[in-house]
Amino acid sequence: MAANRKKPRLGVWKFASCDGCQLTLLDCEDDLLAVAGAVDIAYFPEATRAEISGRYDLSLVEGSITTPHDAERIHAIRRRSRKLITIGACATAGGIQALRNFADVQAYTSVVYARPDYIETLATSTAIADHVPVDFELRGCPISGRQLIEVIAAFLVGRRPVTPAHSVCVECKLRGTVCVMVAHGTPCLGPVTHAGCGAICPAYNRGCYGCYGPMESPNPVSLSHGLAALGMDARALQRVYRTFNANAPAFRDESARHGK
Amino acid sequence: MALSRQSVLTVDGLDALIGKLRERGYRVIGPSVRDHAIVYDDIGDVADLPRGWTDEQDAGQYRLRRRDDDALFGYVVGPQSWKKYLHPPHVALWRARRTGKDVRIEPAPEPTERLALLGVRSCELHAIAIQDRVLLSGAHVDPGYRARREAAFIVAVNCGVTGGTCFCVSMRTGPKVDAGADIALTEIVTAGERVFVLETGSDKGAALLADLPHRWASAAEIAEAKAVVARAAAAMGRDLAADDVPELLLRNLEHPRWDDVAQRCLTCGNCTMVCPTCFCTTVEDTSSLDGTETARTQRWDSCFTMDFSYIHGGSVRTSSRSRYRQWMTHKLATWHQQFGTSGCVGCGRCITWCPVGIDITEEVRAIRAGSRAEGDRHGD
Repeated sequence: MAANRKKPRLGVWKFASCDGCQLTLLDCEDDLLAVAGAVDIAYFPEATRAEISGRYDLSLVEGSITTPHDAERIHAIRRRSRKLITIGACATAGGIQALRNFADVQAYTSVVYARPDYIETLATSTAIADHVPVDFELRGCPISGRQLIEVIAAFLVGRRPVTPAHSVCVECKLRGTVCVMVAHGTPCLGPVTHAGCGAICPAYNRGCYGCYGPMESPNPVSLSHGLAALGMDARALQRVYRTFNANAPAFRDESARHGK
Repeated sequence: MALSRQSVLTVDGLDALIGKLRERGYRVIGPSVRDHAIVYDDIGDVADLPRGWTDEQDAGQYRLRRRDDDALFGYVVGPQSWKKYLHPPHVALWRARRTGKDVRIEPAPEPTERLALLGVRSCELHAIAIQDRVLLSGAHVDPGYRARREAAFIVAVNCGVTGGTCFCVSMRTGPKVDAGADIALTEIVTAGERVFVLETGSDKGAALLADLPHRWASAAEIAEAKAVVARAAAAMGRDLAADDVPELLLRNLEHPRWDDVAQRCLTCGNCTMVCPTCFCTTVEDTSSLDGTETARTQRWDSCFTMDFSYIHGGSVRTSSRSRYRQWMTHKLATWHQQFGTSGCVGCGRCITWCPVGIDITEEVRAIRAGSRAEGDRHGD
């Protein structure tokens, strides 16, 4: 970039989440210095207490919308942001906390809190894109540091980031991992899951947990037949789709087919 | 394969063969047990081969099993094919650097590594020949593939067993090695000893044999080697009456079976990744955060992804029906028009490694069963 050009302003915003995706940025180590060199990190609660108001060229949004206050706040952030990119399963699909969408939140708060009337919360946990327009969604629970750097680098030069939406199976094959489902009979969500992690779990002889949510054209109905043949009952099938991306439509609908 | 006079190599002789290849600067790749499967990996000596192992294969299923003998090649083809080495999943193409106003483009160096592929089956030799036609003939030659391919030494093995998803006999691609190998081996047991009947198929192969301890094969040994392959040929796990398939598929582009298979297809791309002839790639560009460097990498792609058919405005093949049909009709039908042969060699990998066990031979049978009459051709 030309040295005399003003650096783009970056904001990292947190909603209902565990902070793991923000920490992924801090974990980028050497690359973090390059990020700091390329952008002006104007708001990043995990890394600094400095708070700068004004407009942001790039906003990275972590977390889901679970409270009336946050449902308002995301609009304010959208208005301040030229590009808004959501990072992680919470921001792109509602996260693990979207399990509340299948339950009665009032019933939980009355059991968990001494004064449930202090709790002001929504009945659902939803993705940022359900509330404001989003320019790009980066998947993962947590996101991959490599992919985050790629998204920022692509933003800086105005190109499309290389974050393929095909299955995790493609990543297994690219790295030469033997298919755990076919060769070991291990249930695996890889065929319906969005690539991005680099197919970590199958490389350690575990099935894919679906951390990156549904791939571009998922067929979980067919996969469930295969998983059932490997011994998963209806309860297990319902639960396998109800994790970090429980509220992603393809997983939500498939989990509902196996029980309420 | 222009047959040489046949020789016999002992197991020690095979070990010497691996050693001589390594001495000549080859990186020897061959079958090896890893993660409960027989993969293609670096081979240091004969002890790295899957001695006493076999595989059981069916649609969507692969299991490694112990044999009751110590055969070295007593299995068929595994999850990987040789394209992993000859047409690798990622290939760096070039990088560009900007210093001030100066932009410098540096092409990636051509590969210099010499590969010796050990244990290549007949179907796989046919697959390599198909990739040769795609990547080396015509106006656009892949220089990296050419460099790897021209430097490669191929030690083929005639199949003595057949897998549950094999159908090379249908495709006329095996199990007997007929071309494309520098050396071809057949594993037999003679007078209680495990040996390899060896033929050479090139001057390189003959020169290597001259350096190995060997003896001429007896008539009985030659007959046994022939019988071993004939037994494998008679025991194919699958079959595909292939001769009329191009016409059959192109006549049935609106067959209801495409909807049926679309219900099962995961569009995960596994069939294309394991196929030894699927050659499609895409390119990925990366750029550094400071904007001074960019690089382009070639990566395996699959016609089952949305990006594959993305043109201005969106993907052409959005349904899984259209993607499965594209893959299968290209593989079995339009490949003939494009490259002069079928794109399928009957190795069975797409059947075994489909997580939900979609069987290309079964799909052809189903289409044949409800086929439109000839002359009633529909397309889209």
